Amino acid sequence: MRKLQNKNAAQKSRRQPLKTKRIVKTLDSVLAPGKLAPNFSLNSTPDQKVSLSDFRGQPVILAFYPADWSPVCTDQLSLYAMVMPEFKKFNAELLAISVDNIWSHLAFVKDRKLNFPVLADFEPKGSISRRYGAYKEKIGESARALFVIDDKGIIRWSHLSPDGINPGADGILSALENLTTAQVNARS
Amino acid sequence: MSGTATVARKRAAGKTLLEPTGKETAGKYQAPKLEIPVTPERDHIEGLVNASLTLVEYGDYQCPYCGAAYPEVKKVQKELGFELRFVFRNFPLTNIHEHAMSAAETAEAASAQGNFWPMHDFLYEHQATLGDSIVALGHAKKLGLDTQRFEREIARHVYQKRIKDDFMGGVRSGVNGTPTFYVNGVRHNEDAIAKALIEALTQTKK
Repeated sequence: MRKLQNKNAAQKSRRQPLKTKRIVKTLDSVLAPGKLAPNFSLNSTPDQKVSLSDFRGQPVILAFYPADWSPVCTDQLSLYAMVMPEFKKFNAELLAISVDNIWSHLAFVKDRKLNFPVLADFEPKGSISRRYGAYKEKIGESARALFVIDDKGIIRWSHLSPDGINPGADGILSALENLTTAQVNARS
Repeated sequence: MSGTATVARKRAAGKTLLEPTGKETAGKYQAPKLEIPVTPERDHIEGLVNASLTLVEYGDYQCPYCGAAYPEVKKVQKELGFELRFVFRNFPLTNIHEHAMSAAETAEAASAQGNFWPMHDFLYEHQATLGDSIVALGHAKKLGLDTQRFEREIARHVYQKRIKDDFMGGVRSGVNGTPTFYVNGVRHNEDAIAKALIEALTQTKK
């Protein structure tokens, strides 16, 4: 199914050649550590919004990902659901974001038993992903980009995965550890 | 086939991959490394312990993609022979596979009686029977195991800690789903098929 969609996307992109002179950002531009994480407010259910600022005072992991319904055993978010107890040891919240609509997200969350908010960057499409430099203009999906944000809302770690490479959870855990170490050092 | 290949996807052995465009990765990407070194005292190793090539798999007995990768690994082993040691570690995705933990415990219980690989192979060759403990018990009998001990250890979850340790070690090494392979200590991001694994193993030979 995805293969078919992407084949279509490839054909579509060939059909729309150079006439559309849109500037396509390269994705070297994910927001870097040290920057204030842009706030956002996105729906997690049809009548419930989640804002980044709701979590001020604790670390937040932002996981932008291309699309719901990737193959089960290689699914990034299913893995994160299993690693959640480890994230919780750092009092960290995980927010996952893609451009899929909320109904797709709800079905996806239920099917994969996800235990964290999955947010819809749906309207205007990809606007939050763009603010984080994590939007792929050509195919209209969020990139696989990860951010670890500290208790004051500053980005402390960011990572952009190459296309199609699920980044796993190791980088997030190391970043959370570094955050804790930095906080301990700051206090002493 | 797809021109710029920006969105060319490959699908093999269950892993869907978008080919990197190069521009986006800008040469910065480094595949994660195996953080938990292979330890003969602890690891399940098939092949010579000091072989020059090492293939590590983090797998889940209930995962269909691991099932598909199983014969591929056999092909790799046949091709590389004594040059290769193959290591299997547990990575049961218990939130989506209800029998994955008990299957891992079954293999570990067989391992405690010196029969890890026969049980490991049996489980992958009979994936459809997972969840029916009688089937694995039958195989344990056939292998000549002390079945009382075998059943007791599974029921008491004696090896669950070890399995969870495997899982967390995998997470720290960047396991991102199942199966995840490490070729001579580096995560294999390509297809989980014999050809790609053999190519990667022999290319990175030191």
